[in-house]
Parts: sequence; structure tokens; C-alpha cells
Amino acid sequence: MKLTEISGNINEWFSGEGPLSDVVISSRVRLARNLAGHRFLEACSSAEKAEILRKLKEVLMSIDLGDEVFYIGVDKAAMLEKKFLVERHLISQNHAFGKGPRGAVIARREFFTAMINEEDHLRLQVLKAGSQLQSCIDQINRIDDMIERKVEYAFSPKYGYLTACPTNLGTGIRVSVMLHLPALKITGQIEKFLNATKALGLAIRGLFGEGTEAAGDFYQLSNQITLGVREKDIVTNFENKIIPEIVGYEHDARKHLLSNDSSLLDDKISRALALLKNANLISSQEALFLLSHIRLGLNMRKYQGASTPAIDRLYSLGNDTSDEVAHPHLSIATVNRLFLLTLPAHLQLNYGKELDSTHRDALRAKIIRSALNG
Amino acid sequence: MQCENCQTREATIHLTEIADGVRTEMHLCETCAQEQGIGTKSYIPLNELLSNLLSVSPKGEEPAQSGQTELVCPQCGYTLAKFQEKAVLGCPNDYEVFEKQLLPLIKKAHDGATCHCGKVPSNTPADSKKEMEIIRLRQQLDEAIKKEDYELAAKLRDKLAEYK
Repeated sequence: MKLTEISGNINEWFSGEGPLSDVVISSRVRLARNLAGHRFLEACSSAEKAEILRKLKEVLMSIDLGDEVFYIGVDKAAMLEKKFLVERHLISQNHAFGKGPRGAVIARREFFTAMINEEDHLRLQVLKAGSQLQSCIDQINRIDDMIERKVEYAFSPKYGYLTACPTNLGTGIRVSVMLHLPALKITGQIEKFLNATKALGLAIRGLFGEGTEAAGDFYQLSNQITLGVREKDIVTNFENKIIPEIVGYEHDARKHLLSNDSSLLDDKISRALALLKNANLISSQEALFLLSHIRLGLNMRKYQGASTPAIDRLYSLGNDTSDEVAHPHLSIATVNRLFLLTLPAHLQLNYGKELDSTHRDALRAKIIRSALNG
Repeated sequence: MQCENCQTREATIHLTEIADGVRTEMHLCETCAQEQGIGTKSYIPLNELLSNLLSVSPKGEEPAQSGQTELVCPQCGYTLAKFQEKAVLGCPNDYEVFEKQLLPLIKKAHDGATCHCGKVPSNTPADSKKEMEIIRLRQQLDEAIKKEDYELAAKLRDKLAEYK
């Protein structure tokens, strides 16, 4: 399959749907597994890596995932394709830019990826829109069970699933939620949130962009402890405690902005709208930053009586059916689509060739302008 | 302690700065610290954690010291030094070969845990499952004794006896 068949569309996990989706963009569960009878990758020869890849690819392509699956030989993929897969969260940076024989089996609807020969022989992930960790873990367990019937995993009664790095030992599970927290940022409370998550033993990083920088107010929150805890307890803790608490903080901050600081809120949204509707060149970072405020404005509609001039303008953009060409339906899905499709590799893959940064900035600005202005 | 800046809220951030040999201390509340741009680092990358932990190995367990032979995994040829260099292990067998040296790191990374209690592959032999249950009960027993919960400890001991 060609990647351009999916690159023009938004994926399921970023559809803007699902429970609590005004704050929780998506949920993800990842399992790390290794084959018994093989060395971990760092000690493997290229031939052994190729053998592991062949074995696991065959198994993964043979199980029923309930969707069409395709295989990508990551080691042989073009640079732009690798970057695209990373932007779409289908493979990790490590996998994209690692070395040796490696590949990924991906469900066409993008809810599932198996990375073969990343840090471990096998990294499975299930991604869903909104707060749906329970459903993610149920599905990934079913897939893991199917694989397990065909291969023998490296497992110790004492230490559980054996992983290349002891930090993943035991369950090999990484549970994460992607959160959009613009109001906590605007109200200057994001540090408090970061400290609280640290105290809970969670890891936090940005969703887009590299490193820990949280572009567009998107944060990814994950568990760090994988040994001595049951998978279902980690998920329950996220679903019953961590997620409701953080969503509560963000909602409080949004209500606070609306009732006590509406001129600040209005200014953020107006500026974002004005720049996005008129800019001729826009960087990826700036687009994420501004689109974040548009997304916040659109989500404010759920509060009864929420009205500032900018929110009303956004609302009219979303509802004006009298002139659909001039005012296309502006919805959360539209904004999410812009977030994704204006990322550098998406832009270039959809354009059909590599572009320098000025041309990318011009193309990005054009796509956003036409979505907001018609 | 009160915040030096607003004099109202509790100071939770304590900053000590030594510049040109002069030591200054600041005690601030979260709000004032944020206003002054003093953030607290909220995320320690895993590999940073790992290399910090490995560089502080317990006393007397330094490999290859004065005639001591360095441990080598017969399956992958890894030594502890190689693990330190790569930050990943060479093969599943390393968990057995370097168990003693890895244990402090495992404990630190997993909040003191030393034993798996999650999913078990369905094709695990029955005696391995039994072994896991025994390990788990032993750990629970240790914890119960530490907490002086002797009632629970007695129950766990009975359960353990059933397995033997």
C-alpha cells in the first residue's frame, strides 16, 4: 500500500471523537515483547535481526486483526515516509531512525501498529480516540494472545516479560493518554500539573515535535512503573483517578477563563483566528500554537452561555450554512485535521515532493487559510 | 515557612544559589516561583535515570576488581560494563547472570518491586505458574511482616505451606 492513500486523511485516533475528547485526544496502550531463544537486538547480528523480522512479520500478517493490514519495511523506506509515520504516531523516532532490518505491520484504520525490531523484538500498540484505555487494553490483549499462540515469548516466572531495558520489565506495558490542556497553560497552572504528575510517578512529554516540548499544548502522559503492578490496575488508576482529575483541572481553568478572564480568552482566540486567516508564511510551531487556541474556542461552546466576540465568530464559522463555500463547516474535526495535515512530512508527502522550509511555511499557511476562509 | 515574595502563601520551592562564592537562598511559593520563571524539572528521561542508577553501583559489587573475574553472560557475551555502555541488555539470560547487580536498579525503576504480578502467557508450564505464585506469596509475606500485620502473615504462611 502507498502511504499517500492515508496521508490526506485524518486517522481514527485524532478524529476528535470518543469520551472526554474535549481534553483527552486519544488513548494508547503499548506492550514490549521479545522472542525466547534470541538475543536482544543490541547484541544481534544483522542476520539474526532479519530472522526475527521474518518470523514476526509472518505471524503478524497471519492473525485476524479485524482490519486490512499492511507491512512497511522501515529500514528501506524513504526519509519522508519515515518522518510521516512518526508524525502519525504509527512508529517511534527510534524505530524510524534506528539501524538494521526492521519493519512495521499497520492496520489500515491505524488503530494498531506492531513495530518489529525497535528496542525490543516486538512493540505492539493500540490507539483509540478519546478516553478509551479499557478498550485499548482489551484489544491489545486479544492480539497479544493470538501472537503468543504462534511464538514463544521471553518470560520469567519471577520478572515477567523480559525486555532489553530493565525499565520496561514485567508487564512491558506503557499506558498513555494524549491531553490538550490550553486553559491550564493560559492560566499559568501548567507547572502545577506537571509537578503533580511527577509526584504520581508518571512521565510527561509533548505530543508533537521533538523532545519534551509540548507544542500546541498537547501533552502525553504515561506510566513508568511496569513491574509489580497488574496491567488492569494501571489502566483503572488512569481511568478512575488520573484522567478525571486532570480533565477536572482543565475544565475548571476553562470555566475560570470564561467567567473571570473572558477578555484574555477572547484575545487569544481573536489573535489566533486573525493570524491563521491572513498569514502567508507560517511555521509548524506557530500553527500548532495558534490552532490550539482555535480548538479551545470551539470547545468552549459546550458551556452554556459561553460568549465572547471571538467565540461567537468561531461559532458562526461553524454554523453558517447560507454560504458553504465561503464558510466551510468549522468543527473540531476540521481543526484536528489541520493539526495533522500541516505537519512537515504530511505537507510534503501530500504535495508529492520535498520542499524547503519557506515553501513548507507558504503551503501550510495556504491550507489553513483556505480551511478558515473558504 | 512563608513565601519571601508574597508573604502570604506557604513556601514550597527552596532555591540555593552560589555565585562567586556567595551563597543566597530563596524560599518561594509555587505562584511566585512561576512568576519569576523558576520552574521545576518535571520529566527525567528514562535513559538518564538508567545511567544515573548504574553509575552508583553498590559497594563491593564493582566488577573486575583485583583478580576478581568479570561476569560474562555465556549466551550473549555481555558484561556489566557493556550494559552500562549500551543501556540495554544483550539477552534474556542476562537477568539471571547479572541478577544481583541489576536488582537495585530494577527496584529503583519500579518503586521497590522485584517481582511480576501481571499477565502470564497461556502456554507457560503449570510448574512455572506455581513458582510465580510462591514468589508472589513470599513477597506479600515479607511486606506483611514489615508492616507488623501478623494476622495476614499467618494466612500467607498457611497458603505457602499448601504449595509445598
